[in-house]
Amino acid sequence: MDAAQLPTIVPLLPEFVLGLGAMALLMLGVFRGADTGRAVDAAAIVLLIVAGGILLWLPAGKLTTFGGSFVVDDFARFLKILALIGSAAAILLSFDYNKREGQERFEYSVLILLSTLGMLMLISAADLIALYLGLELMSLPLYVVAASHRDSLRSTEAGLKYFVLGALSSGMLLYGASLVYGFTGTVSFAGIAQAAGQGGIGLIFGIVFLFAGFCFKISAVPFHMWTPDVYEGAPTPVTAFFAAAPKVAGIAIFVRVAVVAFPGITSQWQQIVVFVSIASMGLGAFAAIGQRNIKRLMAYSSIGHMGFALIGLAAGTPEGVQGVLVYIAIYVTMTLGVFAVILSMRRSTGMVESIDQLAGLSRTHPATAFFLAMLLFSMAGVPPLAGFFAKLYVFLAAIKAGLYVLAVIGVLASVVGAYYYLTIIKVMYFDDPAERFYDMPYELRVVLAVCGLFNILFFVYPGPLVGVASAAAHSLF
Amino acid sequence: MTSWPILSVVTFLPIAGAIFIALLNDDEAGVRNARWVALWTTLITFAISLILVWRFDPSTADFQFLEKRPWLGGAINYAMGVDGISLPFVVLTTALMPISILASWTSIQSRVREYMIAFLVLETLMVGTFCALDLVLFYLFFEGGLIPMFLIIGVWGGPRRVYASFKFFLYTLLGSVLMLLAIMAMYWQAGTTDIPTLLHHPFPLALQTWAWFAFLASFAVKMPMWPVHTWLPDAHVEAPTAGSVILAAILLKMGGYGFLRFSLPMFPEATQHLAPLIFALSVVAIVYTSLVALMQEDVKKLIAYSSVAHMGFVTMGIFAVTAQGVAGGIFQMISHGIVSAALFLCVGVVYDRMHTREIAAYGGLVNRMPLYAFVFMVFTLANVGLPGTSGFVGEFLTLIGTFRINTWVATLATLGTILSAAYALWLYRKVIFGKLEKPSLFHIRDIGWREIVILAPLVVLTIVFGVYPKPVLDMSSASVTQLIDNYQHALSAVQTAALAR
Repeated sequence: MDAAQLPTIVPLLPEFVLGLGAMALLMLGVFRGADTGRAVDAAAIVLLIVAGGILLWLPAGKLTTFGGSFVVDDFARFLKILALIGSAAAILLSFDYNKREGQERFEYSVLILLSTLGMLMLISAADLIALYLGLELMSLPLYVVAASHRDSLRSTEAGLKYFVLGALSSGMLLYGASLVYGFTGTVSFAGIAQAAGQGGIGLIFGIVFLFAGFCFKISAVPFHMWTPDVYEGAPTPVTAFFAAAPKVAGIAIFVRVAVVAFPGITSQWQQIVVFVSIASMGLGAFAAIGQRNIKRLMAYSSIGHMGFALIGLAAGTPEGVQGVLVYIAIYVTMTLGVFAVILSMRRSTGMVESIDQLAGLSRTHPATAFFLAMLLFSMAGVPPLAGFFAKLYVFLAAIKAGLYVLAVIGVLASVVGAYYYLTIIKVMYFDDPAERFYDMPYELRVVLAVCGLFNILFFVYPGPLVGVASAAAHSLF
Repeated sequence: MTSWPILSVVTFLPIAGAIFIALLNDDEAGVRNARWVALWTTLITFAISLILVWRFDPSTADFQFLEKRPWLGGAINYAMGVDGISLPFVVLTTALMPISILASWTSIQSRVREYMIAFLVLETLMVGTFCALDLVLFYLFFEGGLIPMFLIIGVWGGPRRVYASFKFFLYTLLGSVLMLLAIMAMYWQAGTTDIPTLLHHPFPLALQTWAWFAFLASFAVKMPMWPVHTWLPDAHVEAPTAGSVILAAILLKMGGYGFLRFSLPMFPEATQHLAPLIFALSVVAIVYTSLVALMQEDVKKLIAYSSVAHMGFVTMGIFAVTAQGVAGGIFQMISHGIVSAALFLCVGVVYDRMHTREIAAYGGLVNRMPLYAFVFMVFTLANVGLPGTSGFVGEFLTLIGTFRINTWVATLATLGTILSAAYALWLYRKVIFGKLEKPSLFHIRDIGWREIVILAPLVVLTIVFGVYPKPVLDMSSASVTQLIDNYQHALSAVQTAALAR
């Protein structure tokens, strides 16, 4: 066979590195025994960094391969870097936890690598087959790591719950994909866009089922039910991982499918996204108020944040997609920073997860409390912190697209949401100190400081992120 | 015109001081140094703002000391500048900050470093609010102030501080987010958030009306206007003395400043149509909250309600859109900034000694504290609006400005001045006069040197501005005249267009 007929693998190089690296690390772990956990973790982080480096080194512009089913454009680059950052940070965050809980297993990092590989595939997917392959490759390791505390009832329950519901959502997504294929006769997004024309009832059904699958992955209402239980039950570093990287990949494919495959019938899928967005923001804001467990609270918080991010998608414009990208990037930094603190909530009696345990943190650990307070204000969207700009860009897009009702409901939900973030700050700053936590491990300090400073100082020089997001958004249109 | 970005320096110098304090050790020396660093930072900031006044050209209505840098891309820039309307507020802010720091010198004993940091950050955000010449930048400073103020009330406040701080934060945030949406709508309509450009941009009437209401939602809460004033008494009562001072003297003025800077010039038609609504709310605020003030048992609450009543005069004067009304509104805000700050400081003086704010716990203080009685009298009379004090000038100007537009409103508002005399003098009699009967008061000390240093400049300013208000009025007159001219011009342009159709 002539080499020229083979598809070029250059755009796939980062994925190759990750995949082969994950295999090699798996072999290493299997043959060298159980005490390789730490080395595998470190190697996994290096692999993720190398993959990111290769991704940036790839030639600029839009690269496609495998007959157009795999595409690397600016949009993919932006989100892949984010997903890699999220995964690397999740491994970093797990060091101390796994050591103290006696969970130093090499499988953990290998599974995260494989899941990340799935995310990269998903972000670059340009047809329905690649989409499904990426999605499943991303999800299967997630089910396993959720249950990685084999002796813990809560962890195994979380894993099982996630798996059953995840399988259901994959089924719905497949059903939607088959409907779309049936009504358009093609699986490639570009082909679907051409064949979709003015839509039609069958295609709409397909879109609804497809979107349902995406909503499950990003835990948007009404497919959010698994989130609080899985967040609470899974080991905390795993929760930190769930809250960041898979959300990036989920949002990525949601945006790509909506914008690239169905550009002609925006007004029809727009209603779905508007509904999902309003429902997520509302539920995220109100349901979080009653939470006492900080991991559950973060679950509802992430539901709300996905609602805000979807405002940008609802606009369906380049500005909207830019808003989504800025939002998700800032969301990842906020979430990782907060989880760095949650992972440091440890005393002689073990990990604690109740919000009351943070009482008086501003006296026992002033720097930690300060950064956490800033991250929470940022999540509430109070200027001048980064979270404000995240909301600014999605709302700007919504107003331009004329979605006034959505925008008004969104800002009102953000005020309700501010209440529960303030409650945590109140506990930390206004209440009398509880017993001291152990000192924060160094890697957690680094993650917290980087995320905190990013959020505090973002307003000084917001140009780069906003500019890159804008270029990435325009590469889809 | 300027070789160095003087406005940015004034705005961000306090942050530099805050960072310096954050690096200090958390021991006794660090605490002592934190106080001094904060004091010197605010004093230097004040000195630089005086340079600003000195180099300010009051004969032009243009924005001065302009700075512009690309910031968010698009047409959203980092733009700073002051005119005759904003400069008085900048100076008011920088002048009151050293006083607030001094007022907290001994009364704040826990977490002093954090306290000073919060105040310095707050100063940056307040000065920035008045200097910003870009709507998004303005919003950033305007809203950012919530964070330090929330912490100041919540950490160093009184027994019900949690309730008060949450109420303050959520109320203000709710109002402001609607304004943010209006800002975005204006951005897409006009293609820029540059304030000088927007001042002359003709917005369509529908957008004007919606945006006017959205801005009202924010500024009415901040001001505060009846019926969204209920957060203020709570916040004032629970905040530490210096927090109340800043809240009353400066944060409330952001509402009035916002009306002047945005609502009037950018939405002239909507303002014309909806001014009666503001008049009604103002009159209710003046009369109703004055009556409420009469019934208070807590000194700070009484002053808080009197603040709402005085802000009623401000909104009434501003929305009369006459030269006297607007100038009077600005002057009343400056005067109230001085007088209410001083009143809260006076309350702080006795609170530091007795640790109660109940009016009934005091009486006959004049016997032990003659100097205090004199100072308190000056400010009480200024609060009443006695001629010869700064309070009179502002109220008088707003009243004659409004009288030309709407006689009934002005007449009803005059009732408020009578009521204010009633509650202020009643308070003064209860606290200062009478026999010194309460055993706990037998050994109360008169004001000391530190307190004299704090209060003396305010006494002087109250009387000087009462007798000779020209400096403030001159500073803003050109800008006020242009504001009124533009407003009339915009309205007549619309009328001509309507006639032409």
